[in-house]
Formats: sequence, C-alpha cells, structure tokens
Amino acid sequence: MALKTTEVEAKGGRSRHRSLGLSDEQALRIYEVMRLARAVDERMWLINRQGRAPFVISCQGQEGAQVGIAAALRPGSDWVAPYYRDAGVVLWFGMTARDQMLSFFARREDPNSGGRQMPGHFGSRRLHIVTGGSPVATQLLHAAGVALASKQRKEDAVTAAFFGEGAASQGDTHEAMNFAGIHKLAVLFVCENNGYAISVPQSQQMAIQNVADRAAGYGFPGVVVDGNDVLACYEVARQAVERARRGEGPTLIEAKTYRFTAHSSDDDDKRYRQAEEVAIWRQKDPIQRYATYLREAGTLLDPVEQEITERVNQQVEDATDYAEQAPDPTADDLTTFVFKQELKP
Amino acid sequence: MAVKTVIEAIRDGMDEEMARDESVFLIGEDVGNRGGVFLASDGLYKKYGELRVIDSPLAESCIVGVAIGAAVNGMRPIAEIQFADFIAPAMNQIIEEAARFSYRTAGDFNLPMVIRAPWGGGVHGALYHSQSIEAMFAHVPGLKVVAPGTPADAKGLLKAAIRDPDPVLYLEHKRTYRLVKGEVPDGDGVVPIGKADVKRDGKDLSLIAYGLMLTYCLEVAEKLAADGISAEVLDLRTIRPIDRAAIIATARKTGKVLVVHEDTPFAGVAAEVMAIIMENAFDALDAPVMRVTGPDVPAMPFNHVLEEAFMPNPEKILAKARELAAV
Ligand SMILES: Cc1ncc(C[n+]2csc(CCOP(=O)(O)OP(=O)(O)O)c2C)c(N)n1
Ligand SMILES: [Mg+2]
Repeated sequence: MALKTTEVEAKGGRSRHRSLGLSDEQALRIYEVMRLARAVDERMWLINRQGRAPFVISCQGQEGAQVGIAAALRPGSDWVAPYYRDAGVVLWFGMTARDQMLSFFARREDPNSGGRQMPGHFGSRRLHIVTGGSPVATQLLHAAGVALASKQRKEDAVTAAFFGEGAASQGDTHEAMNFAGIHKLAVLFVCENNGYAISVPQSQQMAIQNVADRAAGYGFPGVVVDGNDVLACYEVARQAVERARRGEGPTLIEAKTYRFTAHSSDDDDKRYRQAEEVAIWRQKDPIQRYATYLREAGTLLDPVEQEITERVNQQVEDATDYAEQAPDPTADDLTTFVFKQELKP
Repeated sequence: MAVKTVIEAIRDGMDEEMARDESVFLIGEDVGNRGGVFLASDGLYKKYGELRVIDSPLAESCIVGVAIGAAVNGMRPIAEIQFADFIAPAMNQIIEEAARFSYRTAGDFNLPMVIRAPWGGGVHGALYHSQSIEAMFAHVPGLKVVAPGTPADAKGLLKAAIRDPDPVLYLEHKRTYRLVKGEVPDGDGVVPIGKADVKRDGKDLSLIAYGLMLTYCLEVAEKLAADGISAEVLDLRTIRPIDRAAIIATARKTGKVLVVHEDTPFAGVAAEVMAIIMENAFDALDAPVMRVTGPDVPAMPFNHVLEEAFMPNPEKILAKARELAAV
C-alpha cells in the first residue's frame, strides 16, 4: 500500500488541510509549532556559537515530518518515543520553549533529566514522551513494549517511535518491528530519512532505496512520504493511526527529508556534503513550503502571520532569558535517583 | 510450611504474584506452552493466557527492550533470559537503558521489572550454559542483582523483585533448581532485597557465599565442626545493593573470612567483599581475607575433568578453610 505523495498533493487542491479534516485553526497550530521548533533551534546555534552553551543538535529541515506525524496522534493518551532531532514532536506533545532551553543550558529544572543528559534527550512521563538515551534505535523496542502494555490492558492508545535511517541498521530496529508485527501492536515506526548518518550517506547504510520496503518483511505496510510536505505526513500518519486503533497493527512510515545543519554543533558537514546539495534542499524547506500553501489557501493572512511571529519570538526570548538565569544543579544532585527509592548505590 | 525445590519455589513465586497483580506478566523464549526449558513457568500459560505468558521471538534485546516499554506503561514484566550466557545481546538495553531510566530523568521514570536468568555451572553445560554473570552487572549502578540459594529465598526474593520499583536482575542457579530442597513459609514470605542472611552461626571463621556455593559452604561448615572449627556461613543473597553491615559484622565477629564464588576472580564479587572488609574491619582481622573462585579462563569447558577443575567444590573450599583456620 505504498502511498505516493503525489496522490496526496493532487487531492483537495488549495484546501488540502480541510479535505484532510483539519480546521484552519489546527492547520495554523501545526504551522506555529513548526516555526517554534525552528526558532528555538536557531537561537540555540547562536548561543552555542557565542560560547554560552556547549552543544546543540538540530531539528532544522525535519519539522514537517515531525509535526505532521505527531499531529495525527492524541497527546495525553498516545505515546511517543522520539529521537534527538524531534523537537517538533515533543513541542506538539506539550513541551515548551522553556523546557527546550532549560535542557539546552542543562539546568536543574530541565524536565527531561535535571541537566543530566545532553540536549535532545527528551523524556516526560506526564506528557507520554518515553525518555531516550544516546544509543540509537533502543527506543523502538520501548515503543513496542509500551504498545504491548496498551494491548494487554485493552486500551486504544497508539505509540509512535521516531528514528533516523542510520538507526534503521541496528538490530533493535529489526527486533522491534518483528515483535510489533507478530502481535499487531498499535505502533507507528517513523523513519526520518535525511540521507545521512553523521557523514555516512544512505548508499553506505543500505542496499535499497526505501527503508519502508523492509516493512514487508515484518508483515505490515511501509509507506514512503515526502517528509517536507507536512500535510502529506499528517495524512499517512492519520491512516496509520486509524489502522493501529482498529487493531490491525503497525505501519512503517519513511519520511524523506533533509537536515539543514551539520549533524550537531560538533560536526562539520562540509567534509562530506556539497553546499549545492544543502542549497537545493533549503529550497524545499518544509516551513516555507507550508507557509506558501497556507497563504494560497487563504488561511495564513498577513496579520495572522505577524501574530504567530510575535508569539514565537516572544517565547524564544522568554525561554532564553529564563533558562540562562535558571540555577544549575548542585553537586549534591549528582547522587540522587540512581533508584526510585533513594537507596545508596 | 512445605518442602520445595528451588524451581518449584520460583514457579510458585511467579504464580502467586501473577494472581495477586494483573500487571505482572512473563515474556521469554519457550516460556509459554513449553513452560520454559527448565519448567519454571510450567502451567502458567494455561492459567494466565497468551497476553500474560508471552513466547518471545528468539531475540534477547527484544525481550528486555519490550519489557522496559511495558514497565514504562504501567506493567510489571518478568523478562526471562533462557540462559544467563545469552544475555549479551540484551546488555545494551539492560545497562544503557534499564539501569539509567531513573537517573537520566532525575526520577521521572522508574522501571518495575525483573530479568530472570538461569546461571552457573556444574551441569555439563560447557562454555555457553554455565556462566556466572553477576560481577558484570553488579558493576552497573542502577541495577539490583540478587542470587538466592535456597527455595525460601528464591521465592521471597522473586516476590520482592517483582514488587520492586526498579530493575532487578534475578539470578537462579541451574544446579540448585532440583538439588536444593527446603522449607518454604506459607503466605507471602517476601525476602527484602539488600539483606544478607547468616545461614549458620559460628565464631572461628566466616564463609561468605551465594547461589550454589552456599550449599557447598554449609556442607563445609559441617565438616569443619567435626574438626572443632566453628564456621559462620553468611549468604549474601543480594549482590547489589550489597549488605555491607552484615559483611562487616561477620568479619568483626570471627576475624577470619573466606569468600567463595564460582565466577572468575578478577574484579569479582569476592574482590568487592574483601575491599569492604579492608575498609571497615581491618583492625578486627586475624588473617588475610581469602577467596576460592573459578579460574581466570574464559568459561567452563564441557569435559568432566575440566569442568570439575573449574568449579569450586566442598573439597576445595574445605582445604582453603582449614588453611585459613590454621593462620
Ligand atoms: C549505537 C550507537 N552508535 C553510534 C552512535 C553515534 N551516533 C549518534 S547519531 C549517529 C548517526 C545517526 O544517524 P541517523 O540514524 O540517520 O539519524 P540522523 O542523525 O541522521 O537524524 C551516530 C553514528 C550512537 N548514538 N549510538
Ligand atoms: Mg539520517
């Protein structure tokens, strides 16, 4: 059931979002979260380059896939197991710009980890965001386990796991898809294929064009979607979510996309990719593309756009000021929470 | 009170906890219809059904990773690794993930899950069905590691592990499964994690052990008594968090300590026990702390001569204990 983006684009013409069942308000909300994810990320780079914070890892370029797919889920009851690029996913699920900045500055109040983890290692029990570590692909098995628990309790929650095409090479990816396929678990496996795993291009990562083709080996559908087309991402995710809620099992969604920045603030992407290639992809910026669509659809009027810009800027300013001044953990915080019960290790 | 074997006690423990709490479930290779390769879950599949006794694919990272996710979402999984020797594919999920969920979220997440793993030698299991894995995992902060040696402790510690809010590696010694029998108290009989147990009182020297070696040390203590040597036997039961107070107390009481395990010696549990004694009871010692352990070779060979040469046994322990007593 490979669903092509072109079909999606053809449907609905200028009011695609309405034909997908999205109100103008919802369509604008998606836009605003994409803008916020981007703006926070850009600010982080600025601060990093000024030497005020040691590390940043980016969502830039992948916000369409992230927010489009997250928007098909129900924050609060559904679950996500994101990876480090998924600022768009966690903002949709209820994290705030302040949360992002608190994590970026590794402050005590960082809701993910109390300043213990690098930025991008999201987690919140309250928001149903499964905590992530640095080893790639482990979260796919966690997502399968979360979904198993939903099935055992006969709840209709859906769980989405996000990962890169490099992580798709890990054994855990295979083990998770195999298990979820066997038990027809309500899981969306979302591969954000940006063509590189740090410097390694897809051609050195796998012998196939589409990660989604692997779904056939697990007994569930794989779908390729244009990851820079947020509405197309929303549409395939919504179909996958409906399928999952009907008890028909997982879907592997491969969103073809691109990262605009280097892998992280410690990487120099000029060593392995051409500036021209980056420039070509910047022309396909999912935010610009969606803004153009929304304007043509008559949904994003100038005053609305201005309001959104102001709100986004205001949140970035507030979050930066708040987090930069927030206290660090103290040395006493080093030894807490090794266990839930405060046993001495 | 009823007399049970270790394997029966483990089965009873799982059965009672599954009956008591619907969120408890078992996942592992062959645990369903087959009842596990050692029959630890015999009858549970029939009783609790396929949603609570799950035959996993042959994939250890999957078993543990899925258990982690289920624990995140309100369940209390028991993940069975068929043999401790095959836990390596799951090490990433255990060490990098399970052991860090609480710490890396400053307590926002915790994982109430048990990983059961049959371990230990003396069963003609050769390199890959005989291993001791406790030291590798005990090294990892964020994991609890238990290794009961009697039926009562096997059941009581399993219950404690299942009810614990954190990940517990529960090691069950294969040789003890049917060899070791004992009274198991009726009712809950929960044995707290982190508490060692003096299995025999003595005053001249202390034998510290766990798992199968506990049985051997009790045998040795009996023989020493015939020589007029009074040996205390301390069963660690929990490897981590280790019961420092009990170790220090027995060292101070007898002044002579022999630590016994079948795991290899380098950076092993005995080394840690010895360090605890050196740091806390040096002044009370009448002799250097000694140990009997498996040898520093990669794993236990199949041939019976080689297997016997690897395994500590009552004769080897007795000889070392006499040497210690004579100091
Ligand atoms: C198991 C493991 N090996 C190596 C790394 C180091 N590492 C971090 S990200 C990364 C590349 C990941 O690429 P991909 O999955 O495509 O995600 P992307 O960064 O492109 O979004 C590598 C090699 C790691 N985090 N985990
Ligand atoms: Mg990639």
